[in-house]
Amino acid sequence: MIAKLFTPNKEIPKMFYTSAGFLTFIIFLLIWSVLSYGQIVNPLFLPTPTDVLTTAVDLFVNGEILSDIGISFTRVLFGFLAAAIIGIPLGILMGSLRIMEGAFEPIIGFIRYMPASAFIPLLILWIGLGETEKMSVIFLGTFFQLTLMIMDVTKNVQNDLVDVSYTLGAKKAQVFTKVILPASLPGIVDTLRITFGWAWTYLVVAEIVGASSGLGYMIMQASRFLQPDKIIVGILIIGILGLITDILFKAIYKASFSWMRKDGF
Amino acid sequence: MVTPQLKVKERENIVEPKRSESIISVTGTPKLEIKEVGKVFKTKKGETTALEKTSFSIEDGEFVTILGPSGCGKSTVLRIVAGLEEATSGKVLLDGQEIHGPGPDRGMVFQSYTLFPWLSVKDNITFGLKLKGVSNKERDNIARHYLQLIGLEGFENHFPIQLSGGMKQRVAIARALANDPKILLMDEPFGALDAQTRNIMQEVLLKAWEESKKTILFITHDVDESIFLADSVYVMTARPGRLKKKVPIELERPRDFSVKATVEFAEYKDELLSLIRDESLKAIK
Ligand SMILES: Nc1ncnc2c1ncn2[C@@H]1O[C@H](COP(=O)(O)OP(=O)(O)OP(=O)(O)O)[C@@H](O)[C@H]1O
Ligand SMILES: [Mg+2]
Repeated sequence: MIAKLFTPNKEIPKMFYTSAGFLTFIIFLLIWSVLSYGQIVNPLFLPTPTDVLTTAVDLFVNGEILSDIGISFTRVLFGFLAAAIIGIPLGILMGSLRIMEGAFEPIIGFIRYMPASAFIPLLILWIGLGETEKMSVIFLGTFFQLTLMIMDVTKNVQNDLVDVSYTLGAKKAQVFTKVILPASLPGIVDTLRITFGWAWTYLVVAEIVGASSGLGYMIMQASRFLQPDKIIVGILIIGILGLITDILFKAIYKASFSWMRKDGF
Repeated sequence: MVTPQLKVKERENIVEPKRSESIISVTGTPKLEIKEVGKVFKTKKGETTALEKTSFSIEDGEFVTILGPSGCGKSTVLRIVAGLEEATSGKVLLDGQEIHGPGPDRGMVFQSYTLFPWLSVKDNITFGLKLKGVSNKERDNIARHYLQLIGLEGFENHFPIQLSGGMKQRVAIARALANDPKILLMDEPFGALDAQTRNIMQEVLLKAWEESKKTILFITHDVDESIFLADSVYVMTARPGRLKKKVPIELERPRDFSVKATVEFAEYKDELLSLIRDESLKAIK
């Protein structure tokens, strides 16, 4: 049995798979507990799990964190939506029209290597410290990657599908709407899921500089007042929010693309 | 049925066509005319002549197969007729009209599976009809008719991923026929199927052809397949390809698999095998 578990590419019972995941979590918690309850690390730097839990409960009970979550979520959502609204059509066009690829691929390929966080001072100069600046950071962090990934998805549409649609009477515009779009839709949703995850990571960058609200700001404040428990709560919440949106996208994917699965469910 | 002796005599009359000369001459406009069509691909490594200037024509309702060694330009001819590839020289006439680009008057079935995976079997079959604006009710009727023709009643709501290779190609044939093209172009549609499925598919296709009275241009490198299906087999030379010989097949119709065991079939097979063997040897060199 043990040998079977360590054979490459071999399927194992679901129970083992799930238990392995739990085990990793428990080991992680165990190490944390030993280090913190055992006073091996100064509690000023590493709070105990119970400290973190009580702080989390407090923050939720007095409601102060809810508004931070709301503000952060709005920033991520709108920054990301703007990136998607421009990036999806642009990526599709770049993936299917050589001229669009020629025009945009070089510049996007160049800009994406510039760190979004380095644009923050410039953004503050241009548009101030308001919400637009925060959303712009998230936009800059996701837009370029998203567009290039959508381009790749569209490029991978089987050429024969396009050809066969022509022989069935499709016009150029119909090739986009009836073939290229539906064929790349699963890839698009998956790209959105992945890049939305990145949007969360840019949130903290956006809220650490010149913000007065949001989860990132809360984390910065906690650092200033030496409240590591609060920092950990902030990090955990961002992680959980990211996880929830990931699960949501996966659910959308599963519900929309039953044609990709043999059993049809 | 024609006696074998007579047939051999007839076949002696068929001379090797000179290059760029119409291989058959008949009165009246043929359904499809390929006139001096040639194709040169330009690649990084230079130019590849995929097809030398080739001419032939196909009559209305005729079932023509093209037999040739790998890489001789069979797909290239078909793609030019479909309008998916531009010829370097010459022109293609359909019902006397020169073709420009692809269109629904030339349906095509590919070797690779090209059903739209996000559409059900029924929606695949009616894809072209929907583009044309055919009403919902009529689409249903046409879909039902072709589902029955290909023997896939009850599968209309399945998705392509749930079908076997043979079923997928049957749906692809139905999709092309449902659109009512003037000619059906088939590029080794059964090439990826196992031998048994292939035989069944050939019979399904003949049945569909007899029922629909379509003109069909069918490409294969399987000698048995080319004889079993065709009114005429065109043999192509090795690359750069051109037509080497036309072999009319005078086996009785309607045909079923038993014809493959007859003496006449074996004779056609001998002849074609020796023709294609020469070319395959050239292709390897
Ligand atoms: N797009 C292209 N660019 C360059 N060369 C090409 C292209 N398409 C085909 N060729 C070349 O043209 C020749 C004929 O190709 P084609 O696909 O028509 O052959 P085929 O007879 O269909 O072969 P097969 O039996 O393998 O399908 C080949 O040598 C091929 O490499
Ligand atoms: Mg081919």
